[in-house]
Amino acid sequence: MTAVELTAPKRSSLDFVLRARELGIIIALALLVAVTVISNPRFLSGQSVRDILLNTAILAVLAVGQAVVVITRNIDLSVGSVLGLSAFTVGTLLQNNPGLPVVLALLIGAAVGGVCGVLNGVLVRYGKVPALVVTLGTLYVVRGVTYFWAGGSQINADELPPGFLSFGNASLLGVPMLVLIALVALVVTAVVLRNYRVGRELYAMGSSPQAAQLAGIPTGRRTVGAFLVSGALAGVAGVLFAARFGTIDAAAGTGMELNVVAAVVVGGVAVFGGSGTVWGAALGALLLTTIGSALAVLEINQFWQQAIVGGLILLAIGADRLVAVRVAAGLKKRGSHVG
Amino acid sequence: MSAELTEPTRVGRLNNLANWNVAIIAITVLVLIIAAASVDSFGTGQNFGFLVLDLLPIALVALPMTMVIVTGEIDLSVASTLGLSSAFMGYLWNANQPIETIIPLCLLLGAVLGAVNGFFVTVLGLPSLAVTIGTLALYRGLAFVVLGDGAVADFPSVYTDWVTGTIGSTPIPNVLIVIVVLAAIFGVILHATPIGRAVFAVGAGEQAARFAGIRPGRLKFWLYVASGVISGLAGVLWTLRYSSARADNGAGLELAVVAAVLLGGVSIFGGKGALPGVIAGVVLLGSLQNALRLSDVSNEALNVVTGVLLIASVLGPNLANRLRRT
Repeated sequence: MTAVELTAPKRSSLDFVLRARELGIIIALALLVAVTVISNPRFLSGQSVRDILLNTAILAVLAVGQAVVVITRNIDLSVGSVLGLSAFTVGTLLQNNPGLPVVLALLIGAAVGGVCGVLNGVLVRYGKVPALVVTLGTLYVVRGVTYFWAGGSQINADELPPGFLSFGNASLLGVPMLVLIALVALVVTAVVLRNYRVGRELYAMGSSPQAAQLAGIPTGRRTVGAFLVSGALAGVAGVLFAARFGTIDAAAGTGMELNVVAAVVVGGVAVFGGSGTVWGAALGALLLTTIGSALAVLEINQFWQQAIVGGLILLAIGADRLVAVRVAAGLKKRGSHVG
Repeated sequence: MSAELTEPTRVGRLNNLANWNVAIIAITVLVLIIAAASVDSFGTGQNFGFLVLDLLPIALVALPMTMVIVTGEIDLSVASTLGLSSAFMGYLWNANQPIETIIPLCLLLGAVLGAVNGFFVTVLGLPSLAVTIGTLALYRGLAFVVLGDGAVADFPSVYTDWVTGTIGSTPIPNVLIVIVVLAAIFGVILHATPIGRAVFAVGAGEQAARFAGIRPGRLKFWLYVASGVISGLAGVLWTLRYSSARADNGAGLELAVVAAVLLGGVSIFGGKGALPGVIAGVVLLGSLQNALRLSDVSNEALNVVTGVLLIASVLGPNLANRLRRT
């Protein structure tokens, strides 16, 4: 009797908080879309929605990878540079081998990113260098390597095989391929994080690294694994970038790491690890992308976009803090009641 | 982490820190000598002037950044504060304000922007990494809102000439005075006053510092204000140097500043670091880039050097520690 009473409300309140967090983003998104549609109904036209989803796809793939790393109480600032390296590698390969299948291109991109990710993970875990420092360093190194290789050269759309470019515009059952790939990455990662042992271990590591180690979790392998996922997804995002835009130079994806971190933070993944979902991160990416498009439609100066993103980050972490304080107070109250 | 927590009592750790400071200064001197010997125009007076001007913003912003990082926090919004200060300067100049009012207003703006960071971090207790990534976007966005993507150029030549000029007929640039004076002030505060001891105490353990009668929140708040004021000043000097107020001035500079500070041996976990090392880090980064640029290595390829140095600055001492232990 008491056991039921104790476990049932705890579970539902926790569920409610988690759901409320993503609900908040959905409500913000709905409000934004509603306001924009009222001022210009064409905002919900097929082409406009398609553009938003295509742009979201790339950011969301990056955000999903970033969320995995942030959940373990780390950060990966190198994703923008990794995207650039992967895009340029795949672009060059396609230029020389027009017959390269798209699937292989995606795998090569993921492999390039994966190697960068493992390098990050090994330096963080076995070099005992903080993730912020390591990935700030590899942000510079990977970008520099890309510049070394590319110089000032640029790969244009007409040098890429038509098959690859049409993949960037192709749809399956009305859903763009790029969006489908992002959805696959999202759903697989979400299920692994939620339902599999490996996923729960990542949350445990983020909540308390020491406790996780004492509990027998192979934290070394898991840390490297989290960075591998982030790197590989950044590599995939690079291929998507190449397919979407067709023009690739050494600067591709510069500065993107801040948008990715913004999406993850707005999506409710705590920067100190241990909480948040990839769903939230993907919703954060969708919200940020939609804001960009909505500003153009509402004829608000584009210059406001970055300021709004900044304000949104502050709002999101402020709201999270408020919820955390409430929950902590609630738990304390319940604890004292039982005791 | 756990190993580090149990070990600070060892004298070895203190020695390591001193070692790293000596090492980074030695490396810097070595790089300067090699560069002067092997790169033709590196040792010239004219190049010295350019080198100091290139170093100027990083050197200034690194001073408060060192203190902020020693307390265990971080401020990634410095370059955006610099940009907003520059944009604000251009905006006021377009509004026909005299430059003597504009400069104090820009510093005041920096103080306000720093206070906003400090408010979020210390009053609301939010993680500084997330807060300053937020204000990084917010301040840069506001800079574009204030000035758009145009440039304001016609600043009075008395001021622009002073910033790019040298002391008399010597090759010593005027702005070196600014760097030396501010570095001395920050150095004395950090290493020779109770405020500096409090900075280290808060970084080593906030709870313990509080029990020792220090108010960590208030200290950090004022450090963020200082960081904002210096970034605002860096924005003014940047604008005068290039005689161009633009909203994107200094974009991405925050990473170079953090790189220089960490290279100088400051621990990202707080509690450890020294200003001489940081200044060596700034000079090392700046002169290496300057020398490589003179040797026609492309600007972007220099990124590789910055990144490798950054990782090596933390990895090196760690590995040396581990080798010594086994």
